[in-house]
Amino acid sequence: MDILLDIFASANFWAAAIRIATPLIFGVLGALICERAGVLNLGIEGIFVAGAMAGWLAVYLGAGLWGGVLIAALAGAMFGLLHAFLTVILGLSQHVSGIGITLLATSASYFTYRTTLPDVSSPPRIAPFQPIAVPGLSELPFIGPALFQQTLFTWLALALVAVVAFVLYRTPLGLAIRAVGDNPASVEAQGLSVRGLRIGAVVIGSALMALGGAFLTMSAFDAFFFGMVNGRGWICIALVVFASWQPGKALLGALLFGAFDAFQIRLQAEIGQVVPGQVFLMLPYLLSILALVLVARKADYPRALLQPWTKGQRH
Amino acid sequence: MNKNQKRGTKMGNLNRRTLVAALGLTTALSLTGASWAQDVPKVAAIWTVPVEQQWASRLHNALVAAEDRGEIDYVYSENITNTDYERVMREYAEQGIALMVGEAFGVEQPARTVAADYPEISFLMGSSLPPVEPNFATFDNFIHEPSYLTGIIAGMKTETDQIGMVGGYAIPEVNRLMHAFMAGALSVNPDVTFSVSFINSWYDPPKAKETAFAMVDAGADILYAERFGVSDAAKERGIFAIGNVIDTAADYPGTILASALWHGEPMIDQAIADVKAGTFAARDYGIYAFMEYGGSSMVVDEELAGAEAVEAAKAVEASILDGSFVVEINDSEPSSTQ
Repeated sequence: MDILLDIFASANFWAAAIRIATPLIFGVLGALICERAGVLNLGIEGIFVAGAMAGWLAVYLGAGLWGGVLIAALAGAMFGLLHAFLTVILGLSQHVSGIGITLLATSASYFTYRTTLPDVSSPPRIAPFQPIAVPGLSELPFIGPALFQQTLFTWLALALVAVVAFVLYRTPLGLAIRAVGDNPASVEAQGLSVRGLRIGAVVIGSALMALGGAFLTMSAFDAFFFGMVNGRGWICIALVVFASWQPGKALLGALLFGAFDAFQIRLQAEIGQVVPGQVFLMLPYLLSILALVLVARKADYPRALLQPWTKGQRH
Repeated sequence: MNKNQKRGTKMGNLNRRTLVAALGLTTALSLTGASWAQDVPKVAAIWTVPVEQQWASRLHNALVAAEDRGEIDYVYSENITNTDYERVMREYAEQGIALMVGEAFGVEQPARTVAADYPEISFLMGSSLPPVEPNFATFDNFIHEPSYLTGIIAGMKTETDQIGMVGGYAIPEVNRLMHAFMAGALSVNPDVTFSVSFINSWYDPPKAKETAFAMVDAGADILYAERFGVSDAAKERGIFAIGNVIDTAADYPGTILASALWHGEPMIDQAIADVKAGTFAARDYGIYAFMEYGGSSMVVDEELAGAEAVEAAKAVEASILDGSFVVEINDSEPSSTQ
């Protein structure tokens, strides 16, 4: 038990949990916006890869760090636009289109990487976002090192949670987005464009997803490797359900997963000689499934999720 | 399914691409003649990872060097998934290559089936299983000897007597290096303890880095970097790291104490020579990774490691080279010690 207490009482543990959670916060927010508007976006895993590659490559080629963030978001938005065209305009299966986007974005990213840097022997490094100390706050015991040794990229994620929550619940635009995923007929009755709102939501949501990938290559690490997204996008799809499509709970879910992962890393190193390491690797996913089972029984899906809309349709 | 049915299915699968390739091959042979192919043998490599991945890069670079010397024609495919691996093997086989290099770790049986179907081609595949007569030779990166030497350096250099080790998957080719490293460290410092973690991914540097951070938090002052990301954590926290397979010291100034390097050239050059001489045999080419053949070596930053540690490691290096000391090969999964 001492081991567990030691782990949870360590500020570095919580700092690690927040670092691990950051890409998930972006991803789960992005998925949440798409699904709130009624569109499932399984392109998320590939859009993560595209964001990771585009942001890093842009910085490597001379764009500043924030320029890289912008490029990553644009890359995500582009794939979001494609997904929106297929699912909103053409009304095709959101599952099939999403998986297709994941495959396309993953391959296109590697293709771009390879054609841009054909002769590199190992991926070139960039100077990534550095942790920033907030004067005064960083010296606080425990909370200082846990919270205030993060990069600006992490702060961007936390800020976006507030922004998304505000827009969704406090603005007419947010009301329209929520309505378009629950009852598109009511939106059309207001004279608003269901398709326009959905396309916008998918594009913005996909841009956020791409930032999750960009965090991996521009803050958590400093180079792009094929396969480094490693399923983080899929986790976000599960986290959205866990979060009941609410930004606040989405933040909680991402932090919970980050904590599970930071926990298993430490536990594996501490008592790996007693229990096989694979058990620990399984732990975050197992706990996530457990959390899902408990929460998803009451899952309140957006009513019009997966349903395409044709202008003028009666129901 | 009996044998005949099986063959029938295989014929049924003969697709247009294979036919085109076969036609192309026939044309090429009639134009150039088979003897030409023997002078500059065509070598194909199939990698399941990008060629800049540490492991694959050692052989890829050796093959590129051989092509630059005009000894071979080299073609390759990278990032081939295991599910696609056999198809790509067959496509290259149909193109009339002399030697195929690759990794059969995830496709042990299919790779052997392809080899049996093309007895005229020599196969040199990374594999955990034995070679198969007449044309399926195997290899692996047996760099346990320099790993042992880097262990000596780390064992003498650690002040907290805690070493953190982060690996990809707990498979024999990783396990044996970790065990050799641990044995080397314990040979000079019986008090040292190890934290061992696997991230179950070859390519997740952010995760490897987080895992390494956790070990530093727990008191490790030297990290064994089996994956990308670990040395980054060491550099950020201002401690030392031990490199593996490739020399990354230039990327992490003041961080890498020593590295166990793998050199692909002795094995690749031997295989090319064997193919040219017609003496290529289904044997284990893994021995060409041993220090005796120049297939592996230790590189040490003498300034960081200190004269005492370097001297101790060099002494053992000499006895490995003259055969008076043999580093044990232990393929079992390593775990943390206390």
